[in-house]
Amino acid sequence: MSVAEAPAARAVVRGSSSGARLREILFPAALLLCIGFAMLTLVVLLVDVAVDGIPVLSGEFITGFPSQIFPERSGIQSALVGTLLLMAVCAVFIVPVGTATAIYLEEYADNNRWWNRLIEVNIQNLAAVPSIVYGILGLAFLVRGPLELGRVVLAGALTLGLLVLPVVIIVGREAIRAVPSSIREGSMALGATQWQTIWKQVLPGALPGIATGVILALSRAIGETAPLIVVGAASFARFNPNDLTSDPFSALPIQILAWVQDPQDEFRALAAGAILVLLFLLLLMNAGAIYLRNRFEQKW
Amino acid sequence: MEASSTAAAGGPRPNLSRGRTPRSVGESIIKALLFVAALISIATTVGIVVSLLAETIEFFSQVGILEYLLGTKWTPLAGGDQKSFGVLPLISGTLYLTALGLIVAVPLGLGSAIYLAEYASPRARRIIKPVLELLAGIPTIVLGYFALTFITPVVLQGIFGIEVLIFNALSAGLALGVLILPVVATLADDALRSVPSSLREGAFGLGASKPQVVLRVVFPAALSGIVAALVLAASRAIGETVIVLVAGGASANLGIDPRESFQNMAAFIAQTARGDIAAQSVEFLTIFAVGTTLFVMTLILNAISIRFVRRFQQVYE
Repeated sequence: MSVAEAPAARAVVRGSSSGARLREILFPAALLLCIGFAMLTLVVLLVDVAVDGIPVLSGEFITGFPSQIFPERSGIQSALVGTLLLMAVCAVFIVPVGTATAIYLEEYADNNRWWNRLIEVNIQNLAAVPSIVYGILGLAFLVRGPLELGRVVLAGALTLGLLVLPVVIIVGREAIRAVPSSIREGSMALGATQWQTIWKQVLPGALPGIATGVILALSRAIGETAPLIVVGAASFARFNPNDLTSDPFSALPIQILAWVQDPQDEFRALAAGAILVLLFLLLLMNAGAIYLRNRFEQKW
Repeated sequence: MEASSTAAAGGPRPNLSRGRTPRSVGESIIKALLFVAALISIATTVGIVVSLLAETIEFFSQVGILEYLLGTKWTPLAGGDQKSFGVLPLISGTLYLTALGLIVAVPLGLGSAIYLAEYASPRARRIIKPVLELLAGIPTIVLGYFALTFITPVVLQGIFGIEVLIFNALSAGLALGVLILPVVATLADDALRSVPSSLREGAFGLGASKPQVVLRVVFPAALSGIVAALVLAASRAIGETVIVLVAGGASANLGIDPRESFQNMAAFIAQTARGDIAAQSVEFLTIFAVGTTLFVMTLILNAISIRFVRRFQQVYE
């Protein structure tokens, strides 16, 4: 009996193992298709935008002002200036506030206190609030309401700043945590106070990480459209804002949106051109972040 | 941990110097300033809630709360008798578009994550990870442009020959899928990689094949982290504005035909905020009522996600 059964059993084992072998090939192949699809989408997207946008790129496109009538004479100067001003003001806001919060949470906060835990949970929650809701906050508190700034660069920049602040804080905390405690203990043992230790030892060590977080935050802010719509950025600004607190302003995403929604193909092409400029700025920022990470990364 | 060790190291100092030296006063001022900076995040949340609620209460003094929550017709910007404030079409449109996005992003994102975590060589990871980060960093206005000028005319109408309207749910849903695919892939990859390798080795030792190990051991072990990733991705799609504003169109649609035009809550807010509507009019107050509805929905989703993450951290630490 056992002799007769043996070949049959072997056949079953072999059959299942060849099926399993097939599965071992097909399964990763299917997974690879998933990744391939994601990569293909990115390539198609970039090629599509480049094909539409490269023909409109020119010196006049960068320096001209938007026109609603003549696509060939339209440009992005006011949108580009608006975006650069927004980023500059946003950076001035998020660098000190984000770094200070990260330092507080990592170096001072006692996690047994409920208010410190509340701050932590709150930051997690803020990171998941839709950007349009920040726009409503900006509209109610910055544009109107108590601050009454109006539809100006400062209001837009602060709104974007509040939106991306959690990014700076979360990345900054990781950078501070990565500085080993032996550095702090050594500094304190030499008689430095806690703040001297943070300022002279911890912060310099965490700086590349914090800078990376700030660049990440700004590269999120530069592409944000929704909050600026609600705050009231202008779709066709015919001049640059002279200062941060009185003139209307535009921004690249807002200008792109206005052109995308124009039914004429000539204006759609302008949108693609402006997208290329936006993507180029993003590329510069990310290259900067990668450079910082590689150049200054400390091995402890 | 870090804070307590530095506190312990700094502990003995005040005892040695006795009393409040100018130095320790300075230290306390610095600590207070840092605390104030940390309070800005709390102030942001309070600001969001106050700005939403104040005007929402004003809205409900003019529109019945049941009419808002149960009404099936959303035409607040129409004139005269045509005005109707039933938010259900906006909510169903939001959920419908999110579902379309998830249908694309969940299989593709999870497939990518499993490949990254279980199959990819370190070299392949170094190439694939930055590509996903790049995709995640594409501004949504660019995805909106892509949906309107490529997905709809070339992919849907051209390659597949589907008779969609210019503004349609299918194209916006696909673009939402592209938006959240990197979110699913990156977070699920983290969850899979945090499963200890002893579990994999044990399963291999019992004679399991690689697909069996991945699907029956690693994947279930990472499930709560993966669910958290999906919930977070869903909450991204629910709150997305510009893709839907550009590619989805402007009709609050209670139906389920993906070839038609759909609007979500965020896109309605943006569209209304852009129009020339008098502030304090009931039409303008819809911004805040819909904003509150959206905020509450994402808050609930985020709470679910945090709960899942906690569970998942407890398992292996």
